Amino acid sequence: MTGTLEEVLAQAGPTQIDTERTGVQAPGIRSALSPRSAPARTEPVTMVGALNAALADALADDPRVLVFGEDVGTLGGVFRVTDGLAARFGEDRVFDTPLAEAGIIGTAIGMAMNGLVPVVEMQFDAFAYPAFEQITSHLAKLRNRTRGQLSLPVVVRIPYGGGIGGVEHHSDASEAYYVHTPGLRVVTPGSPADAYHLLRQSIGCPDPVIFLEPKLRYWSKEPIPAEPGAALDRAVIRRAGRDVTLIAYGGMVGTAVEAAAAAADQGWDVEVADLRSLSPFDDATVAGSVRRTGRAVIVHEAAGFAGYGAEVAARLTEQCFHYLEAPILRVTGLDIPYPPPMLERHHLPSVDRILDTIARLQWDAGNEHRA
Amino acid sequence: MSRIIELICTYGNNKRQNSYKLSGGALVTISPTIQDRIDAALPPSTDPLGLIDQDGHPRQTPILALPPAEILRELHRQMVIGRRLDAQATALTRQGRLAVYPSSRGQEACQVGAVLALREQDWLFPTYRDTVAVLTRGVPPAEALSLLRGEWHCGYDPHEHRVAPQCTPLATSTLHAVGLARAAQLKHSGEAALVLTGDGATSEGDTHEALNFAGVWQAPVVFLVQNNGYAISVPLAKQTAAPALAYRGVGVGMRSLLIDGNDVAAVFAAVRDALGHAAAGRGPTLIEALTYRVEAHTNADDAGRYRSDAEVQGWLARDPVRRLETYLRDRGLLDDARLAAIDADAEQRAAGLREAMNRPPDQDPAELFAHVYAEPTLALAAQREALLAEIADTEGDRP
Repeated sequence: MTGTLEEVLAQAGPTQIDTERTGVQAPGIRSALSPRSAPARTEPVTMVGALNAALADALADDPRVLVFGEDVGTLGGVFRVTDGLAARFGEDRVFDTPLAEAGIIGTAIGMAMNGLVPVVEMQFDAFAYPAFEQITSHLAKLRNRTRGQLSLPVVVRIPYGGGIGGVEHHSDASEAYYVHTPGLRVVTPGSPADAYHLLRQSIGCPDPVIFLEPKLRYWSKEPIPAEPGAALDRAVIRRAGRDVTLIAYGGMVGTAVEAAAAAADQGWDVEVADLRSLSPFDDATVAGSVRRTGRAVIVHEAAGFAGYGAEVAARLTEQCFHYLEAPILRVTGLDIPYPPPMLERHHLPSVDRILDTIARLQWDAGNEHRA
Repeated sequence: MSRIIELICTYGNNKRQNSYKLSGGALVTISPTIQDRIDAALPPSTDPLGLIDQDGHPRQTPILALPPAEILRELHRQMVIGRRLDAQATALTRQGRLAVYPSSRGQEACQVGAVLALREQDWLFPTYRDTVAVLTRGVPPAEALSLLRGEWHCGYDPHEHRVAPQCTPLATSTLHAVGLARAAQLKHSGEAALVLTGDGATSEGDTHEALNFAGVWQAPVVFLVQNNGYAISVPLAKQTAAPALAYRGVGVGMRSLLIDGNDVAAVFAAVRDALGHAAAGRGPTLIEALTYRVEAHTNADDAGRYRSDAEVQGWLARDPVRRLETYLRDRGLLDDARLAAIDADAEQRAAGLREAMNRPPDQDPAELFAHVYAEPTLALAAQREALLAEIADTEGDRP
């Protein structure tokens, strides 16, 4: 997709899904192409650095790609995810906007209607709410509204979740609002390597993508392999185990992996599934895991009531009922507004709370787990 | 006196000066000056600009130039056709052929004048009230009315006609228009966008954000506010305390015009002027056109609950079609023969619309799943199969 903007626009087919870029295996697409590869980065990179690299590579790769939002230009973003991009690609490609989130999403929609590929930033989770109507009523629905004639390949990056000592409106886990809207893809990486590849795959996707970045893991580090671990719409098993499946996403993947290591000391062999794509949900991978282990615990930061975990528990019950040794349990944030930073440790799922929940999975009922 | 207040005082007293010395001796530079910005923004006139008055007599007005006779004749022809199709659509609601219809009657000058001012490469962003504008742009009536028939949310291909879907929540499309115009600017494609709103929509936050983004980007976009006096039942006085809606442009540094919205020559000239301005890279324009919604909000509304018959009669005297007819007849540009030919054409189109709305809709329940994503997800594909099986079962049960 290289060339001048005019050349690329002349050849681009805006409504087709690009299996090479996204790895999405949709019905009717027979291609088994693996997701796009990238130069490997062998030195450990933070998640912020990985996201920055993904944006830079996408901007270099495709002249239709634009990056804009509040403070993303000269400053490089409040978390420095866009650091240096305006200087490298110019103010026509990477720019600051007025402080107005509906304006950012609404104008991104118009730009996408006119052939561009906007990647926009909402500065914080709760600051995205003024854009809610533009996201749910228009970004998500214009393709359907026009019987497929308008394709809106817009990526909305939202730093989300708590655990970083943020004051009010800076720590919401807002995924449930978005996954409830048909037409949006909602993804969230748990690690720097996944952050790089998921963002590249999202930018290559013709559907609008809500890209939730877990602030809790912004400064975690790892090398980035050239090949992504999975397609845009697939979950991955981060750790194999036989006794119970921990299902997590975003910032809680690391917590779940930690809990799995601690659980091993207590004799439980824990599998960890990293969802990556919240919508659509990868039923095959996750239900496959739960059928093997017979037990499942879902972990997320957001309030439990009508939270994402409720949907996961319902789907898995429908699909795995005869394999289950115990009810599917959830470890979630409390059903309260996000607490002030000095109290947030009581709200967020912890390793201890996960272990306590695993202990409640009816191990004494005489049921042997499946080998 | 605080630093800020001192600065503001100095600023206010020296509108042409753009450097200010603070009490500490530091020099603050503000460029361009407030007066420069006011000059560029062009505040609206006190009286609405117009070219043909309500009795069909020519008027002199600044900025706007009277369109040539051939364009005036075409504006008239399209208004007559638009009015006939609008009346037909209202009639179709009474026969249950349309779910609902918000009439354009009385606002033909705005909708026809603005659309005929567009160039082929420009985009139109209409609302549900703007069916006559959509038809004037060349969208086939059956496709234009798909939304109001309840067939699909938008029945036409926006790219084919360069017409965005009709905006139902109001004001949200203003931002889409600005984004499309910004993209045109980045692509150097020469396209501009025209977005239609009503008076009520100017109270929405999206309109403010759109005006502001357009101003900052100097985007090639024209905002045409059809101020028809009411947002469903709420009169303008309850929407705003501004002297005119066009003043919203001044607040964002945008050139603003207040025009007679029942004068199709003025609407055409103002939109042409604004598009020329945009195409020359000189930025956006806000046009407030004063007009009136002659029918109720929709066929389901009872306008008698919030406005008087005398008020409606007063506006009928300013009818946009009749005044242009008078003007053209007085100059020998329109005679009975031409008028009869236009009426016959309009009647034929109305018959075509009736026939199209009497045909069964082109619908397939499987399509409910087809456009949610670029390709249906596995879960949607499964739901589609389940629905089709359910339909087959139900139909199998029928005698």
